[in-house]
Amino acid sequence: MTESSHHENIELLTYSEVIDVKGFVGNFDVTIRMRPRSVDMSRCTGCGDCLTKCPAKVPSEADQGLGTRRAIYKPFSNAVPNVPVIDRDHCIYFTKGKCQICQKVCKAGAINYEQEETIRTEKFGAIIVATGFSLFDISKYGEYGGGRYKDVITGLQLERMIDPNGPTGGRLVRPSDGKPAKSVVFVQCVGSRDEVKGMAYCSKVCCMYTAKQAILLKDHFPETQSYVFYIDIRATGKNYEEFILRAQREYGVVYLRGRVSKIHDPGDKLEVYGADTLAGESVKINADLVVLASAMVPNPDARDLARMLNIPYDSYGFYSEIHPKLQPVESITRGMFIAGACTFPKDIPDSVMMGSAAAAKVCTLFAADELTVEPKLAEVAVDKCVGCFNCVDVCPYDAIQKDTVSGRNVARVIQTLCQGCGNCASTCRSGALDVKGFTDKAIYAQISAPFEADEEEENAYAGA
Amino acid sequence: MLELDAEHVHNLSKRVKELSGDDVTHCIQCGKCSGGCTVAPDMEEIPSRIMRFIQLNMKERALTSSMVWTCSSCLTCTARCPEGIDIAKVMNVLRMMCLAEGYTPKEKHIHVFNRLFIDMIKKYGRVYELGLMVQNNMMAMTPFRDIGLLPAILKKRKIGLLPHKVKALGEVKELFKKGQTFYKRMKVEGWK
Repeated sequence: MTESSHHENIELLTYSEVIDVKGFVGNFDVTIRMRPRSVDMSRCTGCGDCLTKCPAKVPSEADQGLGTRRAIYKPFSNAVPNVPVIDRDHCIYFTKGKCQICQKVCKAGAINYEQEETIRTEKFGAIIVATGFSLFDISKYGEYGGGRYKDVITGLQLERMIDPNGPTGGRLVRPSDGKPAKSVVFVQCVGSRDEVKGMAYCSKVCCMYTAKQAILLKDHFPETQSYVFYIDIRATGKNYEEFILRAQREYGVVYLRGRVSKIHDPGDKLEVYGADTLAGESVKINADLVVLASAMVPNPDARDLARMLNIPYDSYGFYSEIHPKLQPVESITRGMFIAGACTFPKDIPDSVMMGSAAAAKVCTLFAADELTVEPKLAEVAVDKCVGCFNCVDVCPYDAIQKDTVSGRNVARVIQTLCQGCGNCASTCRSGALDVKGFTDKAIYAQISAPFEADEEEENAYAGA
Repeated sequence: MLELDAEHVHNLSKRVKELSGDDVTHCIQCGKCSGGCTVAPDMEEIPSRIMRFIQLNMKERALTSSMVWTCSSCLTCTARCPEGIDIAKVMNVLRMMCLAEGYTPKEKHIHVFNRLFIDMIKKYGRVYELGLMVQNNMMAMTPFRDIGLLPAILKKRKIGLLPHKVKALGEVKELFKKGQTFYKRMKVEGWK
């Protein structure tokens, strides 16, 4: 991140949002909303004085609600750029009109409450969409406490907890009373592989990160005992299976093959009820901490973004590639690439691979002087076009524009955008639009061929 | 319901490892042992499940299973285990533990036969077939079982009428002494 922020060819736009994309490959007009940071980036030295003096405390998003942050904050300690932002919804000055402590303590004079949102539109040649994922909301699982039990946390919360710079300073504690946790139960597939309450798919990363966390717990806190409830262990990467075996054998993590049915909170320790189908026995464990491996799901705004960018998405909201095996990083819109977990749950190696592939695809695209396009494109017979522009409405790729030829309004196909779907050809009232190689005339000929009477055959029947 | 607690969950597997040298935590529950087991089709529990009982410290279930006694030590499981666990040896250890801990063997007749067989080895250094047959029938309260086969067996000289001793009986006795001390220590030491 830091490296990319210093690179001469990379401009990092943080706290900004793409609000509109027009155009086509090589000519995307992207409108970006730059939200007001309230901190002058050119002046801020990143000293952090304001972060400690701000009196407004808010649950920290980065710490998954386990800790607090101030109203002026950096999303996380290593955030790039090293410049804080004022959360105007919680800032005392913005909500009540008084305070301004950050302005007083800032030696660089970087605080600027008057900053306003700016909108800029720029041209880009290609777009890579790598918007990532969100976590499944565990409140849908009432039998696991539905988020009401403080000691039932998600894997990401545990990750924050064992971070030395995290909300508990790297101590493994029960969030309810702050006592050290000795017995930890991990529950896999919370929201994954559940067609009734969650998602039918496997989230892919949980098996491995759970094993990693269980190993880390034993390493850092040798007195802890971890139990993992699983349906199947899916460890299909380089050295993954060995890693799971290490957790079981060297670190004594107890793997139980079954799904947890219920978590009960009688007051002191949580009671976890599950089963081990390998032993054919129901199991009860008294646990200090229960860690749920919640499913990876698409971002809540993934569909809106997809509609704006003209990227198709599946029933979950994950972005669709042209071909899952042969063109995994290309979206159906030319010049628009997709990478990472916005396409489907995947782990870090897969995301890195996909990101590199998308970048390489962009390089290939830019390196060529000319673009090759599929010959299967729509074509307007200008003399027949009556200028009704029904085609403009039906084109899913915005590939048809209004044009004027010798004073007449006619449709024009942008060849780089057209995918040859044929929607326009079937809609055109005057028969002016055809997909090359699939003209109405040719299709009619093909259809009528089998029905044309064969003379010889008919004679044969007549003779019989 | 099985209640697991952090203090004891690895006890049984550790004990089995101490006694047999085999780490049952390495079992990945693939079921290859059970698939090839000659007696498993007639058992309630299959060998892989016994391994699971050990992994989860289910002492009672492991030591009182009939599988432990019915195992014929054919070693098919041991030969095929992808994790290299000597399953037949583990079964043997479980039999010893069952007796040392004072559990009643699930298969009494098999236990009695084993007892007589071992006693016979101790006495003669080899099996005295006729004696074993008679004693076993007596203990099982079926004195005349298979008696009709005796003339044919004797006629074909399959077994002898009188017992034979091996030459190096002293060495055999020495072996038994070693075994006894091991077994006694096992009883005295105890574990939870």
